[in-house]
Amino acid sequence: MSLLEVKNLKKYFPIKTGVLKRTTGQVYAVDDVSFSVDKGETLGLVGESGCGKSTTGRTVLRLIEATGGSVTFDGVDVMAASRAEVQKLRRDMQIIFQDPYASLNPRKRVKHIIGEPLDIHGIGTEQERRRRVFELMETVGLSAEHAERYPHEFSGGQRQRIGVARALALRPRLIICDEPVSALDVSIRAQIINLLEDLQDELGLTYVFIAHDLSVVKHLSDRVAVMYLGKIVEISDSDLLYDHPQHPYTEALLSAVPIPDPATERARRRIILEGDVPSPANPPKGCVFHPRCPRAQEVCTSAMPALAVTGEAGERHQVACYFPTRYEGGRRSVSESSFAGAQPGAAGPAGAADA
Amino acid sequence: MASDEHDRGREPVTGLTEVEGAAAGAAVAAAPAAAPKVLSPWSDTWRRLKKNKLALIGLGIIAVFIVVGIVQVIAYPLTDGRGLTPYDPNAENYSLSPTGHGSSPSLSHPMGTDYLGRDILSRALVATRISLLVGVIAVAIGLIIGLILGPISGYYGGFVDTVIMRLADIFFAYPYILFVLLIMTVLGPGFVNVFLAIGILGWASFARIVRGQVLSVKSMEYVEAARAQGASDLRIIFRHVLPNSMAPVYVTIAMSVGGAIVTEAAMSFLGIGVQPPNASWGKMISDYLNYLFAGSWWMVLFPSVLLTVTVFGFISFGNGLRDATDPRLKE
Repeated sequence: MSLLEVKNLKKYFPIKTGVLKRTTGQVYAVDDVSFSVDKGETLGLVGESGCGKSTTGRTVLRLIEATGGSVTFDGVDVMAASRAEVQKLRRDMQIIFQDPYASLNPRKRVKHIIGEPLDIHGIGTEQERRRRVFELMETVGLSAEHAERYPHEFSGGQRQRIGVARALALRPRLIICDEPVSALDVSIRAQIINLLEDLQDELGLTYVFIAHDLSVVKHLSDRVAVMYLGKIVEISDSDLLYDHPQHPYTEALLSAVPIPDPATERARRRIILEGDVPSPANPPKGCVFHPRCPRAQEVCTSAMPALAVTGEAGERHQVACYFPTRYEGGRRSVSESSFAGAQPGAAGPAGAADA
Repeated sequence: MASDEHDRGREPVTGLTEVEGAAAGAAVAAAPAAAPKVLSPWSDTWRRLKKNKLALIGLGIIAVFIVVGIVQVIAYPLTDGRGLTPYDPNAENYSLSPTGHGSSPSLSHPMGTDYLGRDILSRALVATRISLLVGVIAVAIGLIIGLILGPISGYYGGFVDTVIMRLADIFFAYPYILFVLLIMTVLGPGFVNVFLAIGILGWASFARIVRGQVLSVKSMEYVEAARAQGASDLRIIFRHVLPNSMAPVYVTIAMSVGGAIVTEAAMSFLGIGVQPPNASWGKMISDYLNYLFAGSWWMVLFPSVLLTVTVFGFISFGNGLRDATDPRLKE
């Protein structure tokens, strides 16, 4: 059984206007997202800014209340959990934030920042907590003398280590990494990523790794979900996704990753998407990607395709597209006609409106 | 597609350097040889405040005022209302006011005497007690109310926020002196009631400032981090939101103390504050104003100067503090 099971997760933010604060519309930040993560596994969640990947992470942790859908963590229904149950879940599910400058309270010393979760949950005696804080600092590669310092005295990479130590304090089983390296210098990214990998091996952690950078995710993830405008358009084992992307959006994203080999890099064929990401307050009818999709046809404007198994990989590779790329015997081809596997799903408001 | 994010990596301010290339997971222990002293946010503010001369002068004035005030506050009950003064501030001595217009400053009475022959210096000294008390108590009342309503308003928002803020608007919109007069009419004259009236009026500015700060601080990631760890609302407000919201509050405290002292003076000037024969700076100015036109300048001059200098001290220190805590001015 998977450790984390997310089903049909929805988060709509109301748009309120006027003096009376009437709801005049909704931002479909997360719209019918389903995925599961096995114990010890890393799921990469990739997409452009504003596609809802961070909202997904926060909704899973109940930092934001979901509009609909269900989240199950180790058999516990997270969405229905009471206050006390949520408090218990906090021990098991933690988060590492994107901006290590904003996520550490500037008026607290490092030892207090790392020790706060222990304090909140009343774990151990004063001395035990103290010892645990130093233990955590060592685990993430900070030295004991840093304990008395304030966050502003550290560089970005060291601050992120503090953030990691804080997330580890409660010995969680699942950590949602919300773009933990996006705000860091390229030179330091590798250190933090390696640290996260080492920690996963040592502590048997499960990660949901959110990023907008496919190359970062590739290194870490066992499986990858690609999000576009609040929906997962493709989810697959990491290798399969990188070698055989089926969704045109995934292909475009992958084509944008530079290759560190001049010859290959020159031969790289970039797929430039036209237009901008539509507003999540007014998503396109039908497939959310169709206005920018090079393959879009009549059927794409009717309803959002559901995630479906299309290729040889079976359950491990699902794509929400009427015309996914197919790989048969190493040959790449694009489905000519509407693929049987992709049923128009009644997914989300766009689909529902049309159905 | 990640390139736009790269330049977000800011340089550390203190010169600590990231140890690059070290195997991840290995201790990033190599602290620079000259490890910088641990700078708390407070010492940082003090460092910048030190560069502002006017603020330091203000701080000096405040220090003198507070020391003298505390001495008088302590001495008052011990000396049966006389205070620690060269002469009894309320003792009438007609030989020192032969024409009923007091006597001008001399060696024995450096600030002269008033129309009843009372020593002005002694009266002005004992009056610092009133000014200090009004500054501390009135501002404390306003601050406490503001620190309760402000965070509630900002943190929870919605209907509660609307009610509290509209109430604050009413307090702001109504003429200040008129409002104090109104409260004084209800409570009756007397200087304790002046404290209450000024204090009750002061909450709105504190509440509004705290609310604004809370609104911006509560959306910070470290607040979300605290919530992710399971911190309660109270803990988040008191440990994370309020400590990071206080900088402009300290500035307002400094300014408000000056304002409260002036308001007390105005109340006493209008005759609804301190009752005779007790002295307050405002009361003295009011009592002696008639004698100014008869040429007895010293009676009004000294209390006025003391009042002005004290208020100037608080305001210039408040201004300096604002500059020192303004993150945009950080170098």
